[in-house]
Amino acid sequence: MNTYSIYAGALLFASLHSVSFAANQGNFNPDISLVIDGRFGSYSNTTDYALPGFMLGGEASRGENGYYLGHNELIISANIDDMFYGKLTTAIADHEGETEVELEEAFIETLAMGNGVTIKAGRFYSDIGYLNNQHGHSWDFVDAPLMYRALFGNQLVDDGLQVSWLAPTDTYLKLGVEGLRGGRFPSGGAAKDGKGVNVVFAKLGGDVGVSNAWQLGFSHMSAESNGRAAATHAHSTVTEIPTFYGNSQYNIIDFVWKWSPKGNSRERNFKFQAEYFEREEDGRVDMVNSSPFETSTYQGKQSGGYVQAIYQFMPRWRAGYRYDQLEATNTGSDSGVLDEAGLSVNGHTPKRSTIMLDYSHSEYSRIRIQYAKDDSYADTDNLFFVQYIVTLGAHGAHRF
Amino acid sequence: MKKLIHFIPALIIFTMTTPAMAALNIFACEPEWASLAKELGGERVKTFSATTAYQDPHHIEARPGLIAKVRRADLLICSGAELEVGWLPLLQRQAGNTKVLSNERGYFEASAMVKTLDVPVETMDRTMGDVHAAGNPHVHLDPRRILTIATALNARLAELDPQGKEHYQKRYSDFKQRWQQAITKWQQQASGLKGKRIIVHHRDWVYLFDWLGIEIAGALEPKPGLPTTAGHLVSLKQALKLSPATMIVYTAYQNPRAAKRFSQMTNIPAVELPYTVGGAEQVNDLFSLFDVTIKRLSGERQ
Repeated sequence: MNTYSIYAGALLFASLHSVSFAANQGNFNPDISLVIDGRFGSYSNTTDYALPGFMLGGEASRGENGYYLGHNELIISANIDDMFYGKLTTAIADHEGETEVELEEAFIETLAMGNGVTIKAGRFYSDIGYLNNQHGHSWDFVDAPLMYRALFGNQLVDDGLQVSWLAPTDTYLKLGVEGLRGGRFPSGGAAKDGKGVNVVFAKLGGDVGVSNAWQLGFSHMSAESNGRAAATHAHSTVTEIPTFYGNSQYNIIDFVWKWSPKGNSRERNFKFQAEYFEREEDGRVDMVNSSPFETSTYQGKQSGGYVQAIYQFMPRWRAGYRYDQLEATNTGSDSGVLDEAGLSVNGHTPKRSTIMLDYSHSEYSRIRIQYAKDDSYADTDNLFFVQYIVTLGAHGAHRF
Repeated sequence: MKKLIHFIPALIIFTMTTPAMAALNIFACEPEWASLAKELGGERVKTFSATTAYQDPHHIEARPGLIAKVRRADLLICSGAELEVGWLPLLQRQAGNTKVLSNERGYFEASAMVKTLDVPVETMDRTMGDVHAAGNPHVHLDPRRILTIATALNARLAELDPQGKEHYQKRYSDFKQRWQQAITKWQQQASGLKGKRIIVHHRDWVYLFDWLGIEIAGALEPKPGLPTTAGHLVSLKQALKLSPATMIVYTAYQNPRAAKRFSQMTNIPAVELPYTVGGAEQVNDLFSLFDVTIKRLSGERQ
């Protein structure tokens, strides 16, 4: 995480100034938008959050009790010239009393390669899966599906290069490869001289009549970890950090189906979405800072996914349901180490049921309430959220 | 998973359909432009419309089927003036097709060819609703502007497909003659509409009313793009006491409930207008679009 707390205020001020300037000119180039995400959360469990069988990291958490801010983002994007498009996203968040600015995305993308080829370079959300490259503020629920939380710490974002090709066919067919650094969760350590992660993906899609549209995706990721640090709990003065070294193979299938009467989503529309994930891992887990030094071999096999349905039953109002379920089979030479790393299953199958209702006054504002019965770990938790997300500035894109 | 990877190359071959016989592959953002391209291009062009008359062109998603169409297009014809701001830039970025980027000759923006109305004169911000800095984008409802756009489009077609220059010129001259005759006919038919006051659902009708001398008596939307509220209808009714209106109009893609409710409140008839090609059963080209629109505005049941 890049922390530049000193610059946070200055950056925010400078950008807000540009927003008002752009608006007055009636000219949104570059496109600047600011996302404000505020929340109220309530849950009852006091024990630390865990998903038995998975080493958690990144931004995996169940949220906070009471009033708090989520991801506030400042997004600047524009066509750089007739060859490139560029985008920068910074997240501004409070962390333990300090304001942090995190560089979420900073990439350039080609506009004019032609023949369906697009090259993207920089830090970007990987095109793995369906939900991964969508910003948190456009999610249908307050939080990420459990499998995204478990495997990617909510989302896979890394530094690297992507090359994709769109086939010249009536059926949408996009093939892509990504080479990534592997310096961040869930990889870590930038293995193989900073070329530790490779992704391939294929996406198919199309329309069925005027009312239906669909997309089906397959992704595979191969990652080398040279030290994936798990979230830790301090033991008195010394913090032992379970850290994974080894190879991980991921497979994802994702599917989305959207329906609206005569293709007019303004009044009513329906979306079905499902993703299934598999991961196999082979390597070792070290307890960094442990004395005497503890380590264990580790072979993991994890799978799971979610299904969700969102229905806009009248203009502005949407209701949704999501079901998550995960499972893991992990083995290793020292069960104590695996236990510390969160890799012991302890006979529990994590699952969660979530319902939400949201109201969008315009395309720029949304208020949501959400309830989840969360069986992530043995103690069932009841999570309740109220969230408001607003966008100031440029008009957002209507992504599929 | 491995089996699926073998399956992909087979699928590519399968989905490679035979290339179009037409010289130009045209992607129109709205049905009116697909219709105009057909008038001018005839069999030399293959047209596809991204939206139908039943879809709100502001609210379209950049779905896979549309990206695949833009990938193979030689020319995009769109209203512009930010009407498609939510989805067109994304289609252009994702399609990897150099020809149809906004700075290229393969992008034709209809509203840029004519003088637009409703251009905000003072400061603009989001409290004003869905307003467009470049003016009102619904330019196709003025047949005089259609003719100006047709002239520019004819030149563009000949530029992109020089071998078809004579073909396009012949079709354009023919269209121009028939269109001018039709304008004269419509203006005669609509002469009684001049000075009438009509309530609109959304300000889609600015150009039509500007042409026919009709006055907008109010809008059912409190702000452009925002849904109707009960309170707004009450105040609109109040305002009409001073200067009454004779009709409420809405499009096929707008929910008729608001118009019908206001019609009940005020006894003013609510009339659905086709808005674009395909918006009513009889409306299958630009000529029938204006035929039916003027008949319905004149109170004829059609």
